[in-house]
Amino acid sequence: MCETCGCNLTSGNMHIAQQPRSDGVTAVNVLKNLMSENDTQAAHNREHLERHNVFAVNLMSSPGAGKTALLEASIERLGRELRIGVIEGDLETENDAARIRRHGIPAVQITTGSACHLDAHLIHKALHALDLDAIDLLFIENVGNLVCPAGFDLGQHRNVVLLSVTEGDDKPAKYPVMFRAADLVLLSKCDLLGAMEDFDHTAAEAAVRALGREVPVIHTSARRELQLDGWLSWLREACAAQRESLRHYRPVTDGPALMFPQL
Amino acid sequence: MHELAVCQALLDHVQAVANAQAADQVTRVQIRIGPLSGVVPELLERAFYLARAGGPAACASLVMKTTGIRVRCRSCGRESAATPARLVCDVCGDYRTDLVEGDQLILERVELLRSSQMPEATSPGVQACVKPADVT
Repeated sequence: MCETCGCNLTSGNMHIAQQPRSDGVTAVNVLKNLMSENDTQAAHNREHLERHNVFAVNLMSSPGAGKTALLEASIERLGRELRIGVIEGDLETENDAARIRRHGIPAVQITTGSACHLDAHLIHKALHALDLDAIDLLFIENVGNLVCPAGFDLGQHRNVVLLSVTEGDDKPAKYPVMFRAADLVLLSKCDLLGAMEDFDHTAAEAAVRALGREVPVIHTSARRELQLDGWLSWLREACAAQRESLRHYRPVTDGPALMFPQL
Repeated sequence: MHELAVCQALLDHVQAVANAQAADQVTRVQIRIGPLSGVVPELLERAFYLARAGGPAACASLVMKTTGIRVRCRSCGRESAATPARLVCDVCGDYRTDLVEGDQLILERVELLRSSQMPEATSPGVQACVKPADVT
């Protein structure tokens, strides 16, 4: 790998990768993933989290799908078994972090200004503002947006995407990149299912399956008639599985995946 | 609208290649974009022609090769073409598939000029910056 730019050109293959033409132009085959810088930082974040035995979950949804409300309800139920920390991403305000802190949980607010997503570099900075040795489970509440956050690995262990029943049940078909990235889809605000005649939860699940995904689709409600058992069991199991795998596995830092030029 | 962030990353890579090659001018940048990469080619192109200013790629053209989508079925093992919102097996209909192609976002190729190679007419300042709409 090239030391200067991290690409896959070496002195050994340079002569094949570079093709000088008669007009004086040199063509260099690169084959470099455009997200590689973010992905390298994300891999570093993941290693950092694993060194401190922290299990990280990235929560994504459109604005207003109930991410913060779900976190508040989950903290109330899980707070005594797991030590929880939260990173909040919003364009502006500390409002969500303040809501979380009211439950006695450490929360770091990232305000992105006009940026529509969190990236691995922002998360890295936030990780250093948290005492990771005092956290078992870290929630990253991404900026409410079903488009951009899907493209940025943050170093999390699982992606959870919320779809509230006040939205359309065809959202997975409309935002395939986001829903394909999900390890778990939560149908939120299910206490309103009776009132939302247009939302067919079987159609929502079928739209997830149409994306070629086997992931669980779990119903939740974080207000009034609480419906959290399925979600919390998934979380407990995923967290325990991660801890078990870390017992046998020591993460190694690695550069971006090596790619070879197609010649 | 994260295309500007992606574009900045693209130009950083291009700059690094130009530096490593001791090139003075980048003439052409070729990328490969899949429909499931989360990037809209038209928006990326618009961002490119704004963000390229001031660097070695200031006069470079952007060529975007868009790919199709292909999935491999976990049940029947066959490969078939798919669309962004319907990634099921086209042969047996099973939804349990793996993506073979369609989410790439790759810088494939950079074409550049070194000052020693630069013909008079294409030296910087002489060559006019053009903005071709070269999406294939």
